[in-house]
Amino acid sequence: MAEFIANYVIPLAWILGKILLFVVPLLVVVAYVTYAERRIIGAMQMRIGPNVVGPFGLLQPFADAVKLLTKETVLPTGSSPVVFLLAPMVTFSLAMIAWAVIPVSEGWLISDINVGMLYLFAVSSLGVYGIVMAGWASNSRYAFLGAMRSAAQMVSYEVSIGFIMICVLLTAGSLNLSEIVNAQKGMWFFIPHLPMFVIFFISVLAETNRHPFDLPEAESELVAGFMTEYSSMAFALFFLGEYANMIMMSGIVSILFLGGWLPPFEALSFIPGIVWFALKISFCLFLMIWVRATFPRYRYDQLMRLGWKVFLPMSLIWLVLTAGYLVYTGKVPV
Amino acid sequence: MSTTTADVEIENYTLNFGPQHPAAHGVLRLVLEMDGEVIDRVDPHIGLLHRGTEKLIEYKSYLQAVPYFDRLDYVSPMNQEEAFAIATERLLGITPPKRAQYIRMLFCELTRILNHIMNIASYAMDVGAMTPFLWTFEEREKLMEFYDAVCGARMHAAYVRPGGVSLDMPVGLAERIMKWAEGFPKIIDDMEGLLTENRIFKQRVVDIGRVTAEEAQAWGFTGPNLRASGIAWDLRKAQPYECYDEIDFDIAIGKNGDCYDRYLVRVEEMRQSVKIIKQCLEKMPSGPVRVNDRKIMSPPRGEMKESMEALIHHFKLYTEGYKVPAGEVYAAVEAPKGEFGVYIVSDGTNRPYRCRIRAPGFIHMHGMDFMLRGHMLPDVPAVLGSIDIVFGEVDR
Repeated sequence: MAEFIANYVIPLAWILGKILLFVVPLLVVVAYVTYAERRIIGAMQMRIGPNVVGPFGLLQPFADAVKLLTKETVLPTGSSPVVFLLAPMVTFSLAMIAWAVIPVSEGWLISDINVGMLYLFAVSSLGVYGIVMAGWASNSRYAFLGAMRSAAQMVSYEVSIGFIMICVLLTAGSLNLSEIVNAQKGMWFFIPHLPMFVIFFISVLAETNRHPFDLPEAESELVAGFMTEYSSMAFALFFLGEYANMIMMSGIVSILFLGGWLPPFEALSFIPGIVWFALKISFCLFLMIWVRATFPRYRYDQLMRLGWKVFLPMSLIWLVLTAGYLVYTGKVPV
Repeated sequence: MSTTTADVEIENYTLNFGPQHPAAHGVLRLVLEMDGEVIDRVDPHIGLLHRGTEKLIEYKSYLQAVPYFDRLDYVSPMNQEEAFAIATERLLGITPPKRAQYIRMLFCELTRILNHIMNIASYAMDVGAMTPFLWTFEEREKLMEFYDAVCGARMHAAYVRPGGVSLDMPVGLAERIMKWAEGFPKIIDDMEGLLTENRIFKQRVVDIGRVTAEEAQAWGFTGPNLRASGIAWDLRKAQPYECYDEIDFDIAIGKNGDCYDRYLVRVEEMRQSVKIIKQCLEKMPSGPVRVNDRKIMSPPRGEMKESMEALIHHFKLYTEGYKVPAGEVYAAVEAPKGEFGVYIVSDGTNRPYRCRIRAPGFIHMHGMDFMLRGHMLPDVPAVLGSIDIVFGEVDR
């Protein structure tokens, strides 16, 4: 019995504790990203943004959450209820489980697996299922069009994201996220891979359905895209999933290109790694919000053209260049 | 049981765009016949905001009809009041005093800006750019304060009346407007900075919804939509009303007649309007703002305290109204959206026998189908935004 407890119960409790340590702060951060977005865009658009609930409007996200929780979940006629309700759960949980491998600081992660990068890639690709399910189950043309667009968009951008990741992997010599970060001691990868950093960031915008690629939920055409028929908590789950995805993708950008938890200068290493990581994520999130306040939206075919005819060849060429350079100079990491 | 599968005819599907749609500009309902994301046919359904304005006016005295014109195209109220005022004045055979005409021109140009910033901003929002909308609304607010200062209402002014304007401008307003006009081009520059050379914006609007000069004429387009196709037709120049012939300004025209040109034409028109506003303020003479005819415009309040006749005039004007000689007249003005015309048939009583309104938006609406064929769904809001439709005037 003691053996059972030592072998199973304690590790399980330990893992659950770690998960809680990740998920609870993450949800709070997600709530405050929505608040930050509204305040930042508000400032950019010469208006105030939420400032009534609590000091500086800081309790606004919770007020929104309570409002959404107490509303009725409307099931549209002709929808398939199971899939309809499963879709937001899928989206939300996929956005959460991706965090299992993300190191927020040296050794601070739930599971240090060797194929961390592949795992992330897989999870972020699965994200499209939630949206397709939502679009299909809603039995609405707007939702369906939104889901179709989303599927096409995510699949196309995943390809170039994949190639960019390979460029980074070649340079780092590992799929393990901690090792990728450690390989950036001395020089963060956004310096040698600057064009890929830019393309990756833009692809991330497309992958998370953010402006200017927010076609799946393009308000002026598709009302709210795949979310059109959703209300209350089901909608909130989509919303949380979307923002959790934004943070997760910002985390990936930080890990792949901005040196993860590493400080910019060795002299600053007394500041804990998690602070640097948070700062870098905030920087990426700020860029995303800034882009949203600035740009119009792409059209569906233009988005496809950008993905397939510009980003894909560019990332392929860069991949060949990277590999060629590494082999030629004998710097291939073993 | 047959072993072969039956031939399946894949039909186009229809998409109901509106009336409850965030980009439907009010209550437009478009029935789109779609082949995937490509549009085969556009069928605009109108009438959801129909209030019977024309019929209602037949039961109102001429003065009581004025507020109805504010409520047609509620983004550019004063231009429409002006059209009605000019029509009635022509029937009555009167000309308002010079100062009244200048005030009308001043406010019509302010209204033009009011309309164009609303249009460009919501158009930008339709193609996904949120910020211009909120930036320019700051200016709209200031313009509405000018409305407020001159007549007490922010939108539905009822300020331009047959025979002049209801009141003279308050002291100091001219300076305020001048100061605003000095600063406004900077705001246009800011807004243009977000849109004009923005690659995504250009990709979304260049070559979308092209209208050739012939098509534009054949479909009866007027205003910026016609000028974007390269025809320099502006009623302010072509048949000057008020004192537009004393003002120096240019007509902005486009080349290609696409959504981008319509946007550029409107931006340039705003700059020209600022020019006109400044000239109006400089050239504005002093003097009365209402015709000195007690049978048409009520006497000043001071006079009513002393003169029995003035009191009787006031009473008669606000109960029975004035009688307009029998006849018919068509008066058109260059409203921000195009030629806004009022056709009045008078039978010599105090109420119009018929008041027909030519709303530019209604005519532009017809163009939706040929402009959108072969385009994609995201182009619907772009074209809709670029032809500047307000449902108050389309449905009337």
